[in-house]
Amino acid sequence: MAAQIFSAIFVIIVGVGGCVAYFWGANKLVDIIFPSRGVQGAAAIDNLRRQGMIRPWLFVGPAMIILTIYLIYPVVETLRLSFLDRGGGNFVGFANYEWAFGDREFRNSILNNIVWLAVVPAACTFLGLIIAVLTDKIWWGTIAKSLIFLPLAISFVGASVIWKFIYEYRGEGQTQIGLLNAIIQYFGGQPQVWISLPFWNNFFLMIILIWIQTGFAMVILSSALRGIPEETLEAAVIDGANPFQIFWKIMVPQIWGTIAVVWTTITILVLKVFDIVLTMTNGQWNSQVLANLMFDWMFRGGGDFGRGATIAIIIMIAVIPIMVWNIRQANKETGGH
Amino acid sequence: MAVATGKSFASRFGVHIAVLIFVAIWTVPTLGILVSSLRDKDQIIASGWWNSFASSSQTEAGRLPPASAQVEKDGKFVLAGNIFGDGAARNISAFGVKSAAPTQYPAGTTADLGDGVTLQLNADGTFVMQSPKAFEGDRGQRVYYASSAPPKFTTDNYKTVLFSEGIGRSFMNSLTVTIPATVIPILIAAFAAYALAWMRFPGRALLIAVIIGLLVVPLQMSLIPLLKLYNGVGTFFGVPSKTYLGIWLAHTGFGLPFAIYLLRSYIAGLPREIMESARIDGASDFEIFVKIVLPLSFPVLASFAIFQFLWVWNDLLVAMVFLGTEGDQIVLTAKLNALLGSRGGDWEILTTSAFVTIIVPLIVFFSLQRYFVRGLLAGSVKGG
Repeated sequence: MAAQIFSAIFVIIVGVGGCVAYFWGANKLVDIIFPSRGVQGAAAIDNLRRQGMIRPWLFVGPAMIILTIYLIYPVVETLRLSFLDRGGGNFVGFANYEWAFGDREFRNSILNNIVWLAVVPAACTFLGLIIAVLTDKIWWGTIAKSLIFLPLAISFVGASVIWKFIYEYRGEGQTQIGLLNAIIQYFGGQPQVWISLPFWNNFFLMIILIWIQTGFAMVILSSALRGIPEETLEAAVIDGANPFQIFWKIMVPQIWGTIAVVWTTITILVLKVFDIVLTMTNGQWNSQVLANLMFDWMFRGGGDFGRGATIAIIIMIAVIPIMVWNIRQANKETGGH
Repeated sequence: MAVATGKSFASRFGVHIAVLIFVAIWTVPTLGILVSSLRDKDQIIASGWWNSFASSSQTEAGRLPPASAQVEKDGKFVLAGNIFGDGAARNISAFGVKSAAPTQYPAGTTADLGDGVTLQLNADGTFVMQSPKAFEGDRGQRVYYASSAPPKFTTDNYKTVLFSEGIGRSFMNSLTVTIPATVIPILIAAFAAYALAWMRFPGRALLIAVIIGLLVVPLQMSLIPLLKLYNGVGTFFGVPSKTYLGIWLAHTGFGLPFAIYLLRSYIAGLPREIMESARIDGASDFEIFVKIVLPLSFPVLASFAIFQFLWVWNDLLVAMVFLGTEGDQIVLTAKLNALLGSRGGDWEILTTSAFVTIIVPLIVFFSLQRYFVRGLLAGSVKGG
């Protein structure tokens, strides 16, 4: 243990120190090659100009290199691999895509992903909005929000263990140690093996993600609600609007933009959901999703990179509309800067 | 939001109840594993964790000693002793000798078993069995009893998982992965963000657009090419392909778009006058960055650090691909996933390991929630 602590500290110092050394050293090097202090007149101005040309690239250089290696190159390479066979040696055209749409497991994953996409973002946004409105009215709202926000810090694997314990099943008549079955049995119902009920098990997995993400929706929507001008609400009250009318006709329309942001953020997350399915069912009992299927094909039987890449491309295609929308929004905002 | 939408007592009360129910749903699951991780492992199976403060009662079966243990006393043959052997702290409420009626006799009474044979079993487990004839056979009398054990809390589960299940080692591995994978992207992103916000160079607008596009690229797109690349580099240089350096760089790469995006929007909002007056005083960009921008950006750096820390600590996918699913380097999430496979029903191991896994994020989260929320708001509301 002591050796590991020591080596961990050592590598941390080397890793972080290396970064600091690069920025400091590269900057120093520019100063030495093109000195701007201690030289006179035109030479100094010339050197300053050269420094100004080089230095931005020194600053963005490491980021650009890493982004290229870790994100840009892989996107192109994954696209290329999706047209190659399992080892990446031979061109197979659209064979991987044809396989995908003919594969029962793949179609099941697509179907499940659609259900996830339909349920989770909507449920998180809706619950988050309701909790944000309710907690705003009570004196212990901040504490309540903190507690509901808390699962956001828990890993998907940890959350899966937490919920697996809730769904735990014991035979009928035995003492149930899973909370859900205990409640069902208490009310005279029949205990169930929740995570292996075909189709419905998807919802029991979704509950985990909803449990984690509602806090995210709540915090962001709560801050948007605070931004609603008081006058609009007061005017509605004076006009005799009831609470539901105020909520749906005054508050919700004013925070549409934020609702859209929360919705799309959770949508992207849902497309990538992997850990929950892997740890709860590993895709058994018809609960497979694309991200887990992709991971599966990466390693199944030594790995089929062609099929894995194809599934990744399908996920990417689903994300592209959101990506385009994001870039447009950002261009609108930063156009002036 | 000062406008209350319902003034009556009933509706205000309703709001409190509703919020209370939400809070319960969101906290009870976590409470369940915390309580279970502190319970005795036999009691976890015997009763639900919500009953853990009550004595857990169960019906058990035991056997009295064989005939060879009998003594003759006053013309009767007697078997005596304690059914728990060492006299564990348990309480018998009733007993019986037939499986159909395991609680036929209350504890402490003398049961007539026919042929003059009597059996008395007391609450503490001591028994006396008497018979006018000698007992025979080498298997003793079967006895059923309902016993209750007082609630028992222990930290043994933590000792077990930390030191013999390998969670302690994985904890160190997680720290080894997480700390550099949090600090390195901050440094790299901060310099890039400053350049993108305050330095003029060709292609800047394009770079910003690319970074915003990369924000949403699914991780899955990168996995296969990088796995191939790492394997290739490993084979070419004859080094292992699954290393800490590899995973730090991977996490750095995946965290950079968000880091640059978040930091750039904050740094771009710093007052222009400060930069310009420093420049007039002869400060170089490097000096402006280190002495002015970095200190002023502390809140956003903290926000990102928390994000990245939680993301890396909680990550399973990247860790499984770049560090593997077994061996010495395995991190906490991957270890927990492995335990789910190998120790499926051992809830004392699983709940305790899960709690060890989530305790660090919870501490970070609670102590730095302010920065975390600020980062969340800046990262999603502004950017859209």
